[in-house]
Amino acid sequence: MSYLDYQVAQVPTGFRKVLYINWPLVLLITAVCCIGFLMLYSVAGGRMDTWAEPQMIRFAIGMVVMLGLAFVPMWFWRGISVAAYVVCFLMLVAVDMFGVIGMGAQRWIDIGPIRIQPSELMKIALVLLLAAYYDWLPLTRVSRPLWVLVPVLLILAPTALVLMQPDLGTSIMLVAGGGIVMFAAGVSLWYFGAVIGAAVGLVVTIMRSRGTDWQLLRDYQFRRIDTFLDPTSDPLGAGYNIIQSQIALGSGGLSGRGFMQGTQSRLNFLPEKHTDFIFTVLSEEFGFIGASSLLVLYMLILGFCIYSALTNRDRFASLITLGISGTFFLYFAINMATVMGLLPAKGSPLPLVSYGGTSLMILMLGFGLVQSAHVHRPR
Amino acid sequence: MKKSQREIMDSSRQITRRGLLLAGIQIGTVTTLALKMRSMQLDHAEEYRMLADGNSIKIRLLPPSRGLILDRTGIIIAGNEQNYRVTLTREEAGGDVEPVLRRLSQLIPMTEARIAELMEEFGRRSAITPIVLADRLSWEQFSAIAVNAPSLPGVTPESALSRAYPRAGDFAHVMGYVGPVSDYDLSRIEDPDPVLRLPDFQLGKIGVEGRMEEVLRGKAGARRVEVNSQGREMRQLSRQEGEQGATLQLTVDAALQNYAAQRMGEESAAAVVMDCQTGELISICSSPSFDPNKFVRGISSPEYRALMDHDHRPLADKTVQGVYPPGSTFKMVTLMAGLEAGVINAGTRYYCPGHTELGGRRFHCWRRGGHGMVDAIKSLEESCDVYYYELAQRVGIDRIAIMARKLGLGVRHDLPMSAVAVGIAPDREWKMARHGQNWQVGDSLNASIGQGFVLASPLQLAVMTARIASGREVRPQLVRSIDGVRQAVPDYPALDISEASLRVARLGMDAVMNSARGTARSSRITREDWRMAGKTGTSQVRNITAAERARGVISNDQLPWARRDHALFVAYAPYEAPKYAISLVVEHGGGGSTAAAPIARDILLFALNGGLPPLDAVPSEARAGLEARHEAMQLFQPEAPRPGRSRA
Repeated sequence: MSYLDYQVAQVPTGFRKVLYINWPLVLLITAVCCIGFLMLYSVAGGRMDTWAEPQMIRFAIGMVVMLGLAFVPMWFWRGISVAAYVVCFLMLVAVDMFGVIGMGAQRWIDIGPIRIQPSELMKIALVLLLAAYYDWLPLTRVSRPLWVLVPVLLILAPTALVLMQPDLGTSIMLVAGGGIVMFAAGVSLWYFGAVIGAAVGLVVTIMRSRGTDWQLLRDYQFRRIDTFLDPTSDPLGAGYNIIQSQIALGSGGLSGRGFMQGTQSRLNFLPEKHTDFIFTVLSEEFGFIGASSLLVLYMLILGFCIYSALTNRDRFASLITLGISGTFFLYFAINMATVMGLLPAKGSPLPLVSYGGTSLMILMLGFGLVQSAHVHRPR
Repeated sequence: MKKSQREIMDSSRQITRRGLLLAGIQIGTVTTLALKMRSMQLDHAEEYRMLADGNSIKIRLLPPSRGLILDRTGIIIAGNEQNYRVTLTREEAGGDVEPVLRRLSQLIPMTEARIAELMEEFGRRSAITPIVLADRLSWEQFSAIAVNAPSLPGVTPESALSRAYPRAGDFAHVMGYVGPVSDYDLSRIEDPDPVLRLPDFQLGKIGVEGRMEEVLRGKAGARRVEVNSQGREMRQLSRQEGEQGATLQLTVDAALQNYAAQRMGEESAAAVVMDCQTGELISICSSPSFDPNKFVRGISSPEYRALMDHDHRPLADKTVQGVYPPGSTFKMVTLMAGLEAGVINAGTRYYCPGHTELGGRRFHCWRRGGHGMVDAIKSLEESCDVYYYELAQRVGIDRIAIMARKLGLGVRHDLPMSAVAVGIAPDREWKMARHGQNWQVGDSLNASIGQGFVLASPLQLAVMTARIASGREVRPQLVRSIDGVRQAVPDYPALDISEASLRVARLGMDAVMNSARGTARSSRITREDWRMAGKTGTSQVRNITAAERARGVISNDQLPWARRDHALFVAYAPYEAPKYAISLVVEHGGGGSTAAAPIARDILLFALNGGLPPLDAVPSEARAGLEARHEAMQLFQPEAPRPGRSRA
């Protein structure tokens, strides 16, 4: 479906588009960000200027970006999808090369005052390209092996580059994000089953290999796994973060210890409390009520996105919306599971809440695309 | 290429299917997260709350200040002094401590070597551990650091209490000293007080400080503080002050102790002054002494070695730990054993030819020419050995040993001091148990004059003298009151010795001092109301070899110090109404009458007079010497009028 297929007459034009923006979604995003400001103010010990204020400025900019993108017609995005992917891919190559020169894990490129993390941009670009691919691909071919191989390669190529940085967390997010688009596009469930089965098989094999002649991981890597499975085995070492985070979370109880009263967070027991572990601060200070409220807000955001995707007859738009909301879901699910000790500790921010410009901007960019899809849906 | 309406419909249906499936997966995941959250925050909240509080709230102990130790007049002999010191925490110094140390070295003297030593220590210890840079600063240095604190990041001026002994060496052996708690100390204590684990806490090691530790320590206070994960204090939540340890008042008199110490001077000697009626120890002094403050502050190893290597053994407490053959001071025991057994009466005489033959062996009297006919009084007055050789053969050792124990020899006296010696009052059973041999009559002869197996400490000799003087079973007392509560003076029962026997012993002791031929006449007290009774003793520390015997008697002066005889003296005064008993031992001092008796008399006079001995109380020929001695002394002058100065 090319842009000529859109019933352009029925698509709002000019400033009228404001009326078609998904306002409940905007409201929900703002609400979640406000929770973030509150928590950043709290963990800074009641100071605005440490984290809350810069974050508010970024949010304001992000909001403008999101609303701006909402006005950009959908067909423009499909038009640039291949170019966006290629540019991001080249930037990743560049970062890897600079990284080699800089003798370290460099993940960003400085362009004037703006610092770009290509791996983050790639998450969006990959979703765009895969959505365009499946929009172009006839439905009958979606599950044909050869036509499945193409998107798999499109996913694995940037993933490999990110892995070399090395940034395991982002690589996993790329694979999962791409996988969600493929899933939404209707690729046969057998493929997913096979991949999951293979992954489980690999994990079992690795664990079985411990202590044998053909041990697949080094001893310290096994010890890290042990720490994940039982954090108390190394309470002052690798397990420390998880134990302290669980203590903070659990001690919140039903209604929490009160705003700015969290002993764990205020007394520095929590690591990275303004970024990766901010959910524990919320849980400690506002308890189960506060934490589940955030969860409800996240679910509502997902709900509005999915509803928007399902009611949109434009396949490209639906796939983008599902892909981006799916990535968003992965973000917060992984973060929460980590701080609860359900997943091994791996630095990942809580979307829209954690302090940090890149993550917020990428999310706002993504939601801009979702809004664009919503505004320009065929009517 | 244009999609057909059919294609769009198919795509839409497929997207809806997969979209709903995705939504289902997401709802499932979020439900799992919510359930986990519920389990942690609702079902297990209490456990986590406890863990969180344990994380953040710590109890910090406040060390109690140690109880004071006073003399009988209220003078502090062990107190606490402010110790000003500075510590530095590397973390607060911003990581680099060297510039801070350099700046600090302009305020207080710090050598390059000391700075290097500290830098090395900072490298070793954690960044948040405060390290003591300098100790025992003057107030001027301390305030200079406090004023300059802003330019010295991480430097904290602190003040803490530390034990101090203002009377320095005078009471070193009685008090003992405190020191840091060692692992060995902890291992000996069952369920140790947590305060003992505080860094820099001082524990009584020996002497009264060690034995009365429980009383003196006090109770720790506590602060509840909130700490961060590095253990750094964020704020104080509550503070509960501790209780100071009990004030301990001893029976000793600081002024008398000081006089005794100076009167003994450099001699290796011990003096014990005891109240004849109450058993209170008024002075218990071992010489030479050492400064216990050095042990509290950390003694340097050359200083310690010097104390250890000193042949006068300043670290040993000769008053209660040292045991000596009592020599002739033991003769009252043998005499009263004979009197009580009915073997002799006061008028029984033996002939002294200067020696006694026994089984081919000759036992000499100290006077080679002999004393002629000797009765009980004269036997003490002139200290005739042959009289006791004759008596011992008739009384037997067992009765002598029983008498010795009645008088407090060979038994342990319970005092809060370290290593109180038991001594030896030998009998047949003891020798069999100790040496696996039968008792020989020769052993009895040696024991009868306080030689051979007999051993007694100066404390025991003082107890013996006090018992003879009072006729009662007095026991030594050192603690006068605890926290103002007067310790009850026991109502001592009369000795199981007839008054007649005691009277003979007393008369003999009086004759020693005051009759024309008394061995210690030159050391008598000339004031009649303080009339003194006593007994000298000279105890051999060596076996006279056959070669020496062949060459004849060698005088003490010709022997090396360590082989000379011990000089002993016991006495009490006033004779009519006994108040104080004294025992005095001068190690390797030579004769008891010349080396020990004058010192004992002067100390006794100080006690009786409540100050320097008046010159008119000593024989005229001794006055000039005593006056010169007093002028050379720098005596301790109690500042305030001394209220409650009672000697009862």
